[in-house]
Amino acid sequence: MRPAYIARRFGVFLLIVWLAATLNFFLPRLSGQDPVRAKLLEQAALGGYVQGGIEEMTREYERRFGLDQPLWRQYLTYLRDVSRLDFNYSIANYPRTVNELIADAVPWTVSLLGTTTLLSFGIGSLLGALLAWPRAPRWMRWLMPPLWALHAIPFFLLGLILTYLLAFQLPLLPIFGGYSAGAVPALNWRFAWDVFQHALLPALSIILVSTGGWALGMRGMMVTTMGEDYVLFAEAKGLKASTVFLRYCVRNAVLPQVTALALALGQILSGAVLVEVIFGYPGIGTLLYQAIRENDHFVIQGIVFTVIVALGFTTFVLDVIYPWLDPRISDRRG
Amino acid sequence: MRAAYHYIRRNPSLALGIALLSALALFVVIGNLMVDTENARPLSAPALRPPSADYPFGTDRQGRDLFAVMVAGTPLTLRIGFTAGFIGVGLGTVLAFIAAYYRGWADTVIRGVADIGLTVPGLLVLIIIAVSIKGTLTVNQMAIIIASLAWLYPTRTIRAQVLSLRERGYVEVARLSGMSGPGIIFFELMPNLLPYLAATLVNAVSAAILASIGLEVLGLGPIDSPTLGMTLYWVNFNAAMINGWWWWWTAPTVIILTVFLGLFFLTVGLDEIANPRLRRSA
Repeated sequence: MRPAYIARRFGVFLLIVWLAATLNFFLPRLSGQDPVRAKLLEQAALGGYVQGGIEEMTREYERRFGLDQPLWRQYLTYLRDVSRLDFNYSIANYPRTVNELIADAVPWTVSLLGTTTLLSFGIGSLLGALLAWPRAPRWMRWLMPPLWALHAIPFFLLGLILTYLLAFQLPLLPIFGGYSAGAVPALNWRFAWDVFQHALLPALSIILVSTGGWALGMRGMMVTTMGEDYVLFAEAKGLKASTVFLRYCVRNAVLPQVTALALALGQILSGAVLVEVIFGYPGIGTLLYQAIRENDHFVIQGIVFTVIVALGFTTFVLDVIYPWLDPRISDRRG
Repeated sequence: MRAAYHYIRRNPSLALGIALLSALALFVVIGNLMVDTENARPLSAPALRPPSADYPFGTDRQGRDLFAVMVAGTPLTLRIGFTAGFIGVGLGTVLAFIAAYYRGWADTVIRGVADIGLTVPGLLVLIIIAVSIKGTLTVNQMAIIIASLAWLYPTRTIRAQVLSLRERGYVEVARLSGMSGPGIIFFELMPNLLPYLAATLVNAVSAAILASIGLEVLGLGPIDSPTLGMTLYWVNFNAAMINGWWWWWTAPTVIILTVFLGLFFLTVGLDEIANPRLRRSA
């Protein structure tokens, strides 16, 4: 792995960070007025709703992004704040900062999304590989149509259906939230079990849908790979079927899947946001939904920026480990 | 007719896709004859009635006749999807041809922007755009907001297709016989790309509908239009699931399922036309 390759990928990552900040700064101002200021003034005029604080916030905001400042200076101030991860206070939850709110929500989303993505990628790729493998058991063929159909459904819609079946009709699983209303968040088995039960339905709706997608992609790649001469050669040499399957076919067919994973992360996340909203799961998605309902502009901006940067970083990491997965790539220019 | 029948038998996905979408169109047309879509407004029916002879899909908490909501909302949602999809694929095709046919710095820029744009979660950017707009959104504004990102994926995939097409022998022949760049693009490349563009369009429409429903469920939709996504927003807003008002979310869920499954099978079918090599593996 050459430093130039990593440096270039890191450059792309920095570009994404800068783009996210710039979008966050300019888009709200395109409409001619500053909706953040409008919102702050509105809150201040209403009074009472958010105890004090608002006036100081407005004054502080005016000082930093006031109309007396030229646009480029406001922009630089914004970039400086963002580079220090300072997203200001939450308008609706003053005096909590946007950072605190996001920090509370992130573990929920990361654990839900991380687990489900890894599981569905692993299961889906293996399933897809077996579906293309002629020696796989016949009953596996029957898995294809349902996987296809599930793959076309949005996460949250399956979530709705699953909730009705498994939480409402058959009350097996909790219907809403991240843990039971009375439970005290603590590090013990009881609470962990409670959290696990609540995570099961949202996780299931993500896994069932995305497994199909990975299986479809993998199956296509396997069909192509199995037609390659080196696979024929390996079989002719009399290698064990499992060796040919794992080390010759799967090893090669999985590479484009990893590329696809890097590309799909954004979509998976967009879908997961809605799943969280449907289930009232206390992650980033629900926080975003509440912020939209309360018109809490700082929180919305903070979340959008944080998520874009986090995903950009994940893509960067995937890019960096990719040459290790596919040694051919280190020969040519990445 | 017989030829069409035989082709459909070879390509059941295409048939299934067309059948699902036709069923939906039929539902809207017949529904329009049976119900006044004015009843999709709040307070036009008693609230929270389960399905009955008068209200076949029931009514919601604000007194909308859900049958009327579905009849009025399905075309609205499809309109958002098709408008955004067409703009996206149109823009994507132009950019893809500029990038792949002329190469050079234009290619570097277009490919770079598309690649970076695709790694960013689209829904979040759309959210920032939608909250930046003052006042209530209209259905057309929705479509344009979504179109602002809908060109990224088509640009990327069409570019790859054009890159492989432009190396074919007949393009070489056209170039040697003195045909101009636009001439080659329109008369040599375009006709061969059409099936592929159709598949890309269906994909883009599906993605645009998904994005629109996503924004709407989050509460960033056209709040006074009865689109499918807005109906789901009200479902979630009023916690219809926990309260046991099953009919409220059943109708939109079934219709959205039909839309996505129909579009999905249509893409699979069109892909098979566009890329005959798939037939061996299918």
